[in-house]
Amino acid sequence: MSRLLLEVSNVDLMIGKQLLLQQINLKISQGEILTIIGPNGAGKTTLLRVALGLLKPTTGTVTPAPGLTVGYMPQRLHLDPTFPLTVRRMLALACKGDWAKVIPLMEEVGATHVLDSPLQTLSGGELQRVLLARALVREPDLLVLDEPVQGVDVHGQVELYQLISRIRDQRGCAVLMVSHDLHLVMAATDQVLCLNQHICCSGTPESVSNHPAFAELFGPAAVKHMAVYVHDQNHHHSHCESCEWRGKK
Amino acid sequence: MIDDFLFRALLGGIGVALVAGPFGSFVVWRRLAYFGDTLAHSALLGVALGFILHINLTLGIIVICQILAILLFVSQRQRQLASDTMLGIFAHGALSLGLVALAFMENVRIDLVAYLFGDILAISNTDLGWIFVGGGLALLGLLLIWKPLLAITIHEDLARVEGIPVDRINWIFLGLIALIVAVMMKVVGMLLVTALLIIPAATARRFATNPEMMALFASIIGCLAVGAGLYGSFQWDTPTGPTIVVSACLIFVTSLVLPKAGS
Repeated sequence: MSRLLLEVSNVDLMIGKQLLLQQINLKISQGEILTIIGPNGAGKTTLLRVALGLLKPTTGTVTPAPGLTVGYMPQRLHLDPTFPLTVRRMLALACKGDWAKVIPLMEEVGATHVLDSPLQTLSGGELQRVLLARALVREPDLLVLDEPVQGVDVHGQVELYQLISRIRDQRGCAVLMVSHDLHLVMAATDQVLCLNQHICCSGTPESVSNHPAFAELFGPAAVKHMAVYVHDQNHHHSHCESCEWRGKK
Repeated sequence: MIDDFLFRALLGGIGVALVAGPFGSFVVWRRLAYFGDTLAHSALLGVALGFILHINLTLGIIVICQILAILLFVSQRQRQLASDTMLGIFAHGALSLGLVALAFMENVRIDLVAYLFGDILAISNTDLGWIFVGGGLALLGLLLIWKPLLAITIHEDLARVEGIPVDRINWIFLGLIALIVAVMMKVVGMLLVTALLIIPAATARRFATNPEMMALFASIIGCLAVGAGLYGSFQWDTPTGPTIVVSACLIFVTSLVLPKAGS
């Protein structure tokens, strides 16, 4: 049994009068990749922020393992164009003088060519790779990635997901990530959690893609090429209409 | 032959410009221009406080700026109103309250224009003391929180996850801004403080490839603007604070035709 790194139990989050998260339970153990998927406004990033301790849940608890080191990769940086900062300098700030660690990490994520570029000039994929390297500097037990493939073309997305699972395989760290993309992430994840304020459903991508309802929806060809999460019919919430969005993809 | 008052003016102006460079850079990076402006607008309230408590007027301004900084920080966390709305209420509320408070004091007559636009030619040795001691301390404080403040500027949540005491550093930074805004008041006046913070920093951006360089260049450009402004004001008998700001603007415009760093 691998070590439990983070447990979120019975979390509700109210901001103002809005219920943003409802009855959330999730566990993530060493070496595991857990992906949260869901439509826009489902509360995916909010859930990450709760898991990271940046937002205090209204009820329920978030329990990190003692001494847990988290590497966080935000969705994007909102740097003002007037802020002159190169990739090299940002990494130097993050590594706290241990520069020897940085170069191998930048090679691993394949971003050494942007070391001297200003952060504002990076493409989506380059920035994601740099932020990933930055998160790895801390040698985290748990990587938390907010939409790691955002703004990256399909080819680049596949590569990034492969990189993420390679990092997990080599280091044995756990990965908690958010994606609104259904198809590509499936190959790279152990567990999927479909969120729409509450957890609509969760499970392994395999169990889901072999589900008869999946083939019915997308046809056998789709089953071969991609794995898409489909609802467990026995676990159907009538108020989960938003999960219709998967059909549009 | 330099006149004594002109020498003090130059010294005070340079002191202020040196401090304004690094702070102005952070103000620009973190989009806090309106925040600094709001603090400056409370200066008259500080003057009124100074008269009431019989304390040094600069000290009165510093106290009021600090109180306002705390109020702003707290109210921004409530997130009930958009922050520019909030800042607008505080800025104009504080300015008007200051004017009303001063009107109530029958035996107090102040030179309003001097507070609005600065009175650098009337800088006393005490004022120079405030500028160099107060400004020096503020710079020292900024130096101590430099790295965590850069990390927060990159991404606040990221800094928080990595264990940087974000709230404490932000408090310290806003407190320091309040201090230097109060100190800068004498040179360019409450309406132009923000100009001296942001124009040199914005000018420096073109030539800087890292944050420290930009802060340093902003200080140097600020000094140039002060020098040119004093000279121009002396030459053409124009108000000094505004002439300094006009010089800063001219330097900014001129810089646009110069090549960018690293390109």
